[in-house]
Amino acid sequence: MGREPAKPQQQGQETDYTVDQLVAFNRYNPDIFPDLENSVNEQVSSQTYSLESNLCLLRLYQFEPEKLSSQIVTRMLVKALMAMPGPDFSLCLFLIPERVQMEDQFKTLIVLSHYLETGRFRQFWDEAAKNRHILDTVPGFEQAIQGYAVHVLSLTYQKVPRTVLAEAINIEGLSLDKFLEHQVANSGWVIEKSQGRGQLIVLPRNEYNDPILKKNTAESVPLENITRIFPILS
Amino acid sequence: MANDELQSLDLGYDPNFVPDSVKTFVVHLYRHIREKNVYEIHQMYESSFQSLSERLFKDTPWPSVDAVAQYVDNDHVFCLLYREMWFRHLYARLTPTVRQRIDSWDNYCNLFQVVLHGVVNMQLPNQWLWDMVDEFVYQFQSFCQYRAKMKNKSEQEIALLRQFDQAWNVFGVLNFLQALVEKSTIIQILEQEKLGLEQFTANDGYDYNGGSNVLKVLGYFGMVGLLRVHCLLGDYHTGLKCLQPIDISQPGLYTIVIGCHITTIYHYGFANLMLRRYVEAIREFNKILLYIFKTKVYHQKSPQYEQILKKNEQMYALLAISLSLCPQSRLVDETVNSQLREKYGEKMIRMQRYDDEAFAMYDELFSYACPKFITPSAPNFDEPLVNYNQDAYRLQLKLFLYEAKQQQLLSGLRTFLKVYSTISLAKLASYMEVDESTLRTILMTYKHKTHAVDTAGKVISNADVDFYIDDDTVHVVESKHAKRYGDYFLRQVVKLEGVINEMDSIKLE
Repeated sequence: MGREPAKPQQQGQETDYTVDQLVAFNRYNPDIFPDLENSVNEQVSSQTYSLESNLCLLRLYQFEPEKLSSQIVTRMLVKALMAMPGPDFSLCLFLIPERVQMEDQFKTLIVLSHYLETGRFRQFWDEAAKNRHILDTVPGFEQAIQGYAVHVLSLTYQKVPRTVLAEAINIEGLSLDKFLEHQVANSGWVIEKSQGRGQLIVLPRNEYNDPILKKNTAESVPLENITRIFPILS
Repeated sequence: MANDELQSLDLGYDPNFVPDSVKTFVVHLYRHIREKNVYEIHQMYESSFQSLSERLFKDTPWPSVDAVAQYVDNDHVFCLLYREMWFRHLYARLTPTVRQRIDSWDNYCNLFQVVLHGVVNMQLPNQWLWDMVDEFVYQFQSFCQYRAKMKNKSEQEIALLRQFDQAWNVFGVLNFLQALVEKSTIIQILEQEKLGLEQFTANDGYDYNGGSNVLKVLGYFGMVGLLRVHCLLGDYHTGLKCLQPIDISQPGLYTIVIGCHITTIYHYGFANLMLRRYVEAIREFNKILLYIFKTKVYHQKSPQYEQILKKNEQMYALLAISLSLCPQSRLVDETVNSQLREKYGEKMIRMQRYDDEAFAMYDELFSYACPKFITPSAPNFDEPLVNYNQDAYRLQLKLFLYEAKQQQLLSGLRTFLKVYSTISLAKLASYMEVDESTLRTILMTYKHKTHAVDTAGKVISNADVDFYIDDDTVHVVESKHAKRYGDYFLRQVVKLEGVINEMDSIKLE
């Protein structure tokens, strides 16, 4: 993710560092402003993501607030929402001055984040529909949020009613049938008919929705810890 | 001479008067540094400097560096070190002027430049090197707070701030710390040490082959400095990243200096709390609080004692917050737990209720225990001057309370989950006085909030009680206390090895 070159070649720079390298070696250098801003646009158009580079840019805005671009920040925040269930959205907000957060588009994004954080998908999709002008500029938004919804459902349910799933991912009818077909073929989902109440979707078992799978992972010691006693054992 | 007299009249003391005891102090300290006698340096630094300060310089600065330079061959590096202590003493006991703040920044620049260029061949005590980094970050924070209080600034102060806009500039501060980390190659050294190719931690960072420990150890502490600066800026993710090369599950150089140990864990725990990794925060707070409880008696005479107690109290408050959001008291040692109940027992019960009063408690504890957040940018001098020193703190507080509010229904849910092994959604909904679809959102919120995701995308469970839903029935999963035998055995193996080595090294006469 985010390994694309920071500068398109046509800019004629002799350096072709990637943004990740710039962030790693020039973390505290205001000269990388343009590279980082370009990177945000690049992430949007190529559907990639680099939290490190975006935090680095927010940090530079924090140091030199007069350079802050609301448009760029909006794009970063939409990208951060798409990174749910990760804490990326909060990580960004921690760095954005409160008076900037008062701008309308940020207020909207904060509300959207709130709905996602509290599992209120119905309200989320309603609100999102009213704000297409902010969200449509970032391709892949809906799929990313659907991915998050499926993640939370998989933590929560072994078997989820079709209607609950439909509400969470905002897909209905034939499209939902197609979506399910895909999940059955690729992700191990199973569709069950329950008595007269519509379909039940059986989600794959994982250690968070199935206590039996949990035990096995608790009693392992990472290899890294064992390497520490190698010198002693030898 | 007349000028000097005038000056001393003005200040109420003579900055150029060097009492005999100070003369002796600098002469000896200089000699011990040249002879690389770390033990004696440490004694003079920790005891003599403190007792002289207490006796002669309770509310005046130490003699100026120009006045003592003649007793130490005008040694450039020694003079930089002396000034560093001079300013530290001034910051601790008096109020620095803006001029002094700028001069102190200058002194740090010169001192770090010398170290970074590798011309320092001294061996200095870890305590002193830690204090340098610690004080550097403290003075930066103090400068930002000072600059953000624009309302009562005199024209002269503002003129100086405009003229010396590079002093304590956030880029400069971060770049110095980063340069110390990089130039010292400390990250590689720690990597090499893991493979048994390097001895750093084993020698407490000292160099026994005639080299200097100064750059290496400053680089090491620089990582902790970066963690702290990033926390002050609200950048918790980057802060933790800077600390990553130090394995805090093991003792290391950072645990040798108590102030460093506490600073590291305080900020590490706080950052994890803000990232919703409550179990990690609780575990580390518990460990350090237990450690402080057991060892604080040994630090009673230390100049850091008050600071230790203050951070101790703050970490109890942070532990109270963490446990209120993630009630896993089985992670907390009995001693720590009883201290916690004594200090915050009542408040913690109230925090569970999630009413207005509960949020007032969260607000109170957070405000008391959080780092002193800073706004790193300079004000716009052309606009009307306002105070903005509270802005950064208010933002972090607001976002934290926002998080707490998102979790307000989870506490009630926990109460019911604890008493049932299975319960239907309809029944649970009626107990919680919500409709079924709202209940489903609460259950999903619970799952989301108790399952943090780390940077690698791995899900980390913080759940005290867990459950899963099968159609419309909630099945509660009893939380199993996974005992970590593996870790325990590993630790014992290392301990035993240490004992055997110690016994081997004892020569019976």
